[in-house]
Amino acid sequence: MIDIGLGHYLTLGAIIFTIGIIGIFLNRKNVIVILMSIELILLAVNINFVSFSIFLNDLTGQIFTLFILTVAAAEAAIGLAIIVVYYRNSGTIRVEEIDKLKG
Amino acid sequence: MIAHSIFFYTFAFIAIVAAIMVTVSRNTVHSVFFLILDFISVSCLFIMIGAEFLGMMMLIVYVGAVAVLFLFVVMMLNVAQQNNPLINSNENSSHIPVGLIISLIIFFELIIVIGGWKFKPDLVTSASLLVDQNVTNTHSIGSVLYTDYIHVFQLSGMILLVAMIGAIVLTFRHRPGLKRQSYIDQISRERVDAVQLIDVESNKGVKIDD
Repeated sequence: MIDIGLGHYLTLGAIIFTIGIIGIFLNRKNVIVILMSIELILLAVNINFVSFSIFLNDLTGQIFTLFILTVAAAEAAIGLAIIVVYYRNSGTIRVEEIDKLKG
Repeated sequence: MIAHSIFFYTFAFIAIVAAIMVTVSRNTVHSVFFLILDFISVSCLFIMIGAEFLGMMMLIVYVGAVAVLFLFVVMMLNVAQQNNPLINSNENSSHIPVGLIISLIIFFELIIVIGGWKFKPDLVTSASLLVDQNVTNTHSIGSVLYTDYIHVFQLSGMILLVAMIGAIVLTFRHRPGLKRQSYIDQISRERVDAVQLIDVESNKGVKIDD
């Protein structure tokens, strides 16, 4: 309990990952919060990569985390641009009112 | 070791609480603030276990760029104040128990995997990029990133370029009432369009701009 090992960091990553998934499932507010939940999930993945990299003494995980960071930034920019365009066209980004596809 | 565990539990607790607040807070601006708090505490954890470069990079990229982008969009779209049906559950809330059950199942699966998982005995020797303890974290990442991973690095730059072009093209709007420069008109202007020679009779003058 007092000795912090790899399992503690993996558990923290699992908890944050689950909170991100709950945020995607239960969200009826607006799409921006769903994007933030996706960022939380990517953060949990980064925690796993970095903790494995540190505890196994291998640098590859940290390099991979850098590229995940890049892709996450690109995804946030594109997603927010799509949200801005959608809001300009339809006037709302509430999740329950986005039903053009009738899904 | 005591200090390490105290710092770990503090930052982990702050990170988890902030992540919960991101999903349940009523105000979207508060969600962005809690997202920033979450990123800061996780980057503190990274710095604490020895990945300083990645911790600093998380601070710069997420807190400096992505969170400010989120905040900017939230302010621009005027969606900050909206009621959260998670708290005052009104009409259609049948998805909430199903979503919670599925998330808890995912969480317990992850915990089972973490708990029953062991190293292979020869795993450490099979590592491809062993960390040298004599150089700093930033130094060792830099010596690998620009040599072994140079193609992936340039590819990630291309991803950022594509994202930038995509964001500009998506949000660009041509408004018709606006006066703007037209380079084609300026360059293709001929002498006959602009200059006119007039014979001026004496004592009559000339009338321009009629």
